[in-house]
Amino acid sequence: MKYIDEYRDRDLIMKLAGQIRRSAGRNYKFMEVCGGHTAAIHRFGIPSLLPDVIKLLSGPGCPVCVTSSDFIDKLIKYSEREDIIIATFGDLIRVPGSETSLEKMKAGGADIRIVFSALDALQTARLNKDKKVIFPGIGFETTAPGTAVTVKKAERDGINNFYILSAHKIMPPAMEALIKDGAQLNGFICPGHVSAVTGSLIFSFIPEKYNTGCVVTGFEPADIMHAILMLIDQVNRGRPGIEIQYRRAVTEHGNMLALKHLNDVFEPCDTLWRGFGMIPSSGLVLKEKYGRFDAESRIPVTVSTHEENKLCLCGEILRGLKTPDDCPLFRKTCNPENPVGACMVSPEGSCNTWYKYADVR
Amino acid sequence: MHEIISRMFTVRFGMSEPLTDSALLKLGSERLAFTTDSYVVDPLFFPGGNIGKLAVCGTVNDLAVAGATPLYLSASFIIEEGFPLGDLEKIAVSMAEEAMKAGVKIVTGDTKVVEKNKCDCLFITTSGAGILPPEREHISSGTRIQFGDKILINGSMGNHAVAVLGARNNLNFTTTVLSDCAPLNHMIEAVLKECNDIRFMRDLTRGGLAGVLNELAAITGTGIMIDEETVPVDDPVKGVCEMLGFDPLYMANEGKVLLVAGESTALKVLSILKSDPLGKNSAIVGEIIPDKRNHVILNTVSGGKRIIDLPSGIQLPRIC
Repeated sequence: MKYIDEYRDRDLIMKLAGQIRRSAGRNYKFMEVCGGHTAAIHRFGIPSLLPDVIKLLSGPGCPVCVTSSDFIDKLIKYSEREDIIIATFGDLIRVPGSETSLEKMKAGGADIRIVFSALDALQTARLNKDKKVIFPGIGFETTAPGTAVTVKKAERDGINNFYILSAHKIMPPAMEALIKDGAQLNGFICPGHVSAVTGSLIFSFIPEKYNTGCVVTGFEPADIMHAILMLIDQVNRGRPGIEIQYRRAVTEHGNMLALKHLNDVFEPCDTLWRGFGMIPSSGLVLKEKYGRFDAESRIPVTVSTHEENKLCLCGEILRGLKTPDDCPLFRKTCNPENPVGACMVSPEGSCNTWYKYADVR
Repeated sequence: MHEIISRMFTVRFGMSEPLTDSALLKLGSERLAFTTDSYVVDPLFFPGGNIGKLAVCGTVNDLAVAGATPLYLSASFIIEEGFPLGDLEKIAVSMAEEAMKAGVKIVTGDTKVVEKNKCDCLFITTSGAGILPPEREHISSGTRIQFGDKILINGSMGNHAVAVLGARNNLNFTTTVLSDCAPLNHMIEAVLKECNDIRFMRDLTRGGLAGVLNELAAITGTGIMIDEETVPVDDPVKGVCEMLGFDPLYMANEGKVLLVAGESTALKVLSILKSDPLGKNSAIVGEIIPDKRNHVILNTVSGGKRIIDLPSGIQLPRIC
C-alpha cells in the first residue's frame, strides 16, 4: 500500500536503528506533542529499537487528554436537555467529567451520537430541525479548519440549529509553556498533520528562543526513526533548528487555504488545558461574525468547578515530567475500561498507549 | 465485563472457569457440546450478511471450534412491533440457507413480539448442540499445548468489523468490504480428520485476534509470539484502519478460527486450510514460547517489539 509499505520496510528501519545507535553518544530526551505520534511510537515498538540513552517523552498532543473536565461537564449538562443532540467525535464520550461521562449519559437515554466529522454533525442538524445539535470542537490545527469549513457551510445554507462548543487549541503556546515549566528537553518531534496545515515555521521560535531543536515528522516507523536521527544530529552538532522530515506532506508555509478558513472563522483566546491550567492565546473561539453558532454564548449553562482526583498524574504526564508507570492509579484503579483521567481514555493518550502497547523491555 | 459475568452468573450457576465457546457435557456414553449466543447487531443487514446469517454461523462455529460436529440449533426471536415482515422473511431465508450449508437442522424455537421501543428491531438467540468425539475433548481447554506449537488463522482480519462499521455509519467506502460471516465446520472437520495434533481452537469474534491470543496466554500461562508481517489483512480493511486509527488485531471477525497445532503438523494443517475456499488466505502467524509468560508479544512489521494487550471497550475512531 503506497505511503505505508515503503515507510514500514524492515531493512530501512534496521539501517536507521543502526545509524541512531552509532550517532547516540550521550543522553537525549525528545518529546513528541501529537497523540498520533504517541500511538505510532508504541504501535511499531519504536522504543525497543532505540538505545537506552534515548528517552522518548509524550507531551500534551492528545486533544482529548488536554480537554478540561468542565468542558465535559458542560456537554453533559447540554445532553440532559431533550431538545439537544450532542454529535461528537467518538473518544470524547468516554472522557470522565467531574461526576459522569457522555457514554454513561448515552446509556441513560441522552441523545448523544458519534460522528466522524463536523460535517456529519451538520447533517444531523439538517435532519433534526426540531432539535439543537451541538458539535464539541476538539482537536488542534489539523481539525479546526474542518470545523471552520462546516461553520461556513452552515452559514451559507442558513442552518440555525447547529452549534459549536469549541475546545480547539493550538500547539506552539503549549510547547512554550512546557519549556518554561521546566521540562528538560533536547528536542521536539513535531506534529506532522498539524504542520501540514500550519507549515513548519510556526515552530521556529523554539530553537531560536529556547535552543531546542525541532523536526516535523510523519507517522510511519521510518519517519519517526529518521526524525530521531535528525534530532540527534542537531544536538551533536550543537545546531538546534527547525527541519521537516515529512516532506511528502509538510512545507514551511503550510496549507494556505485551510489556514484562511481557520482564520476567517476562529480567533485566539486564553484557554484551559487539563494538566497545565490557563495558557494565553492557546485556544480558538468563533469570531463574532459567526457568533450565532457558538453554543457557549447562545445556550449558556453553568457548571461548578471540581478538583481532579489528587492521585491522578495526567497533568505531570502531559507535561512530560512523569510517565504513566509513575502514577499510583495506572493499571490498578485506572485502566481503559474504567479511566480516571483523560490520558487513559483516548487511544492516543499516553496512559492508554502505555497500557495497550507496553514496552517489552 | 468478565468480572461481572463471573460474579453474577458463573459462580452462582456453579459453572467452572475458564468458560469456553461451548460447554462439554456427558450424555450417557456420548459427549455433547452445547452452546448459546444472542445476536443484537446493528444494522440488521450489512455487506456480506445479516443478523440471521450471523446467528446460525456464530453458533455453528462455537460448536465446531470445540471439535464437535454441529447437529441441531434452536432459534428464538424477540421482534419489535411493526418490524417489516419482508425483512423478517429475508432473515429467515438466510438462516435456512446457512443451516443447509452447514448441514445443521433448526429444530425448535420461539417468537416474542414486544411493544415499540422495547427492543431494537430484532434480537435473535440461537443455541446449538453437537457430538464431541472424546479424542477432541482437550481442544477447548488447550491442555496439550507445548512450547514451539504453531498458531494458525484461516484468513484476513477485520473484514466483518469494517463491513458493519461502514453500514452502520453510512460510510460509502470505494471498495465494499464484505463480512466474512460463514460456517467453518466443514473446513475444521477436514483438518481434524487428517490431523490428530490440533491442540487448541477458538473463533475470532469480538475482541479479534488480540482477544483470543490474550485468552490463550492466560489459559496456558505461556508466552505467545506473533509476527505482524504474517497476519493477513485485506488492503481495503488496512486502508479503513489506517484512516480511522483502528487496529485490525482487535477487530471482530465472523468466519475466522485460530488453531494451535504441533510444530511437526503445522504445514500440513496450513495446506488443508488453504484448500478450502474459507481458508485460502490461511497463515501461520506465531508460536507458543517459553518466555514472557502470560504475555502476547508482537514482532512489528518494522522490526520492533511490543505487547498486544487485552482489548478493552470498543475501538473509537481517531480525531486527527
